[in-house]
Amino acid sequence: MAETIQFELNGKKVEIPLEKNQTLLWALRINFNLTGTKYGCGLGYCGTCTVLMDNEPVRSCGILMEDVAGKKITTIEGMSVNGKLHPIQQAFVDHDALQCGYCTPGMIMNAYGLLLKNPNPTKEQIVDGMEGNLCRCGAHTHIIDAIESASKKMKI
Amino acid sequence: MKDDKYYRDEEPENNPTFEVDRRDFVKLLGGGLFIYFQLGEFLTGVAADAEQQRSVPSDYNAFIHIADDGKVTCMIGKIEMGQGIITSFPQMVADELDTPLESVKMVMGDTELCPYDAGTWGSLSTRSLGPVMLAAIAEARLVLLEMGAQHLGVGKNEVAVENGVIFVKNKKSKKVSYGQLAKGKKIEKFLEVKPKAKDFSEYKIRGKSFNHADGVAKVTGQAMYSGDFRMPGMLYAKILRPPSHGATLVSADTSEAEKLDGISIARDKDLIAVLHADFEKAEAALSKVKAEYKFDEMKVDDKTVFKHQLEFPSENRVVKSSGDIATGKSNSEFIIESEYHNSYVAHAPMEPHTALGFMEGDKVVVRASTQTPFGTQDGISRELGIGLDKVRVIAPFLGGGFGGKTAFRQAIEAARLTKLTGKPIMVQWNRQEEFFYDNFRPAAVIKITSGTDKAGKIALWDYHEYFAGARGSDTIYDVPDAKTTSYSARDVHPFGTGAWRAPGNNTNTYARESQIDRMAAKLGVDPLDFRLKNLKDERMIGVLNAVAELFGYTPAKGPSGRGYGIACGFDAGAYVAHIAEVKVDKITGKIQVIRVACAQDMGFCINPQGSIIQLEGCIMMGLGYALTEEVKFTGGDIHTNNFGNYQLPVFSWMPKIQTKILDKNEAPQGGGEPGIICMGGVIANAVFDAVGARLYQLPMTPERVLEAIAKVK
Ligand code: FES
Ligand code: FES
Repeated sequence: MAETIQFELNGKKVEIPLEKNQTLLWALRINFNLTGTKYGCGLGYCGTCTVLMDNEPVRSCGILMEDVAGKKITTIEGMSVNGKLHPIQQAFVDHDALQCGYCTPGMIMNAYGLLLKNPNPTKEQIVDGMEGNLCRCGAHTHIIDAIESASKKMKI
Repeated sequence: MKDDKYYRDEEPENNPTFEVDRRDFVKLLGGGLFIYFQLGEFLTGVAADAEQQRSVPSDYNAFIHIADDGKVTCMIGKIEMGQGIITSFPQMVADELDTPLESVKMVMGDTELCPYDAGTWGSLSTRSLGPVMLAAIAEARLVLLEMGAQHLGVGKNEVAVENGVIFVKNKKSKKVSYGQLAKGKKIEKFLEVKPKAKDFSEYKIRGKSFNHADGVAKVTGQAMYSGDFRMPGMLYAKILRPPSHGATLVSADTSEAEKLDGISIARDKDLIAVLHADFEKAEAALSKVKAEYKFDEMKVDDKTVFKHQLEFPSENRVVKSSGDIATGKSNSEFIIESEYHNSYVAHAPMEPHTALGFMEGDKVVVRASTQTPFGTQDGISRELGIGLDKVRVIAPFLGGGFGGKTAFRQAIEAARLTKLTGKPIMVQWNRQEEFFYDNFRPAAVIKITSGTDKAGKIALWDYHEYFAGARGSDTIYDVPDAKTTSYSARDVHPFGTGAWRAPGNNTNTYARESQIDRMAAKLGVDPLDFRLKNLKDERMIGVLNAVAELFGYTPAKGPSGRGYGIACGFDAGAYVAHIAEVKVDKITGKIQVIRVACAQDMGFCINPQGSIIQLEGCIMMGLGYALTEEVKFTGGDIHTNNFGNYQLPVFSWMPKIQTKILDKNEAPQGGGEPGIICMGGVIANAVFDAVGARLYQLPMTPERVLEAIAKVK
């Protein structure tokens, strides 16, 4: 019998065979067909693959599946509930905080992790927390505005 | 297991290619009203520019379909890569057709459903496809009005239309909708283009701001990019790559890789791919393939490249010439000579080149991140030796392009492998492949000799552009004796180069605006005043004055110590002017850009918010080539291989950005590129203003800044 691992994915218990050297990024994209989590560099530089692991933003391209056992994973697909956008998603739409949109899921997940830890960030703290997420289209100012406004909305 | 291998060593048959009868899609869409637009000469110009292999079809280039529920589908061969035509085009269509914005849907970049298009680049969608499409829609509207009048049994002058409903002017209750007219019918109307669309004053939807139409799909992760498609039996292909450009494969041993579970090898001449259902397994197996190469590399690297370029045998042509250089020289009080260098720069879209190929009967279908679906279709047809009717290319959302995705090598690879294996094949480049096969913005040298007369007017402008590309190379200033010479040569670069957002113009504008600044400083006059004094073009003067006001600029001669820089330029039909404020750390050489103001005159602006976002994007992206982005290489060996050694702009660089789009009732112009062209020049000039040091090479890395500062002392 092949070894399996169990973890929680977007609120549901899941189980898959453990593959040596498989990263969370490709397990999500291939085994679970959750393609909102994007490949950008594969080496932890760009942040397009960011998901939450136990509410901490992590780069899924650098997380081995064996370390995911028993963890709680949230991806962009787990953010909206019954078709209702999460306040951060809504803020990205309202502030037009995207162009090509390829970096967007990673941006939103990283921002979510940030706000979970610090619901009241200053603009500097947001900039600091987002520093490792790359956006080639240059949507930066709108992304910061969106996160700032989402942090205010999420408090209500 | 022999069956799991796919070999094809023989040459493909060279079948003649033939035009597809794309009217087939009428079958696909069923009933309703089709209106074809004939874009004729406009597109011919574009296609000629692009040196497309295929002759421009004479039948039609875009069409709309009105379904019996009133939904309007507009099909164009362009693609959406973040530039926002998925938002602005429906605005144009809805406004011109008098139908609700929500009823308009775009189908883009599918060679089977959309009429031929040369490609999405050059900020051409709005300015080139736009006007003709509008003229055609205007006529479509008339046809609909006529049909409506007939349906209602009144004369065509007695009806009007609002929100897709045609009604009798003096009896509003007598009405019929576009949808009802289209119901149960299969009508095809071909329209001759008579460009007479609505006047600016009649615009209701155009000129208003709308958020990205694809926003929700993109924030939920539902938007599909090429790599997000899944098919039963789909295999990832990892392809054996040479260690450097100029290396040729001598032998490859795949036996170790083949031993791995679930791995198969596909080989088509020099194309060797390791296939597996899992991306990472394929990648791991590829590392087990042993290959030998022979090397034939150019002796040049990122340090010697400029010398190499100047010495390389090249052809030159005079781009523009007025008066006589000798006269200019004798009229000059003083003459300044400079040489400017610009490095190779990568496109680095966040989504690497990706393509999924699969067979549909005997047809090869490829979903690819490409800026040129039809060019890709041509390429696949040529490479595989099959007819165009046997190739369909579909471009879903692109995760950025910037010119880099006009190259479609990955799509050819997917097509070859799927044809060979009969299986769905996903070719998803990793970041290293993306850097390796990128068609970089070319490194370039610009030499300028310029002079001013006693009155402080530019009297001489002798401009030599080596390998940058001529776009933006002719001077925008009013100079009696001026000449622009452009040098080009095949094989001057050790690897591929190509169009990079506003090709040529970033380098040319950097050099020209630096030189202008040098001249102003030499004369001891304010650089804004000097520009205004030497410009004739009212629209250029307009953006300079606008940006000065926006920034709150006060005149001073440079270097003023304030760290203010100015630059202006012209690209894709639009005028731009920037003012930047920087701080330079004299100890570390680090430049911090504090503020960038930009004014843009792009004629009529269809979606102001969309345009401002493009402008801000240009400014952020432009910081990269100005400050850090530079491809490092030795011969064909590219050392730059990931974001760890290629620094893109990040959040902490964000300057305060101020933008102004000048409102003009003039033909709409390009908006995706112009805003980036001044970024090198404006920051170089600001650095000079801050510390009196002139930077003659981009990017302005801390080492180069320190070197330049050392020269001042
Ligand atoms: S793909 Fe994981 S950080 Fe870039
Ligand atoms: S929106 Fe394109 S990379 Fe960020």
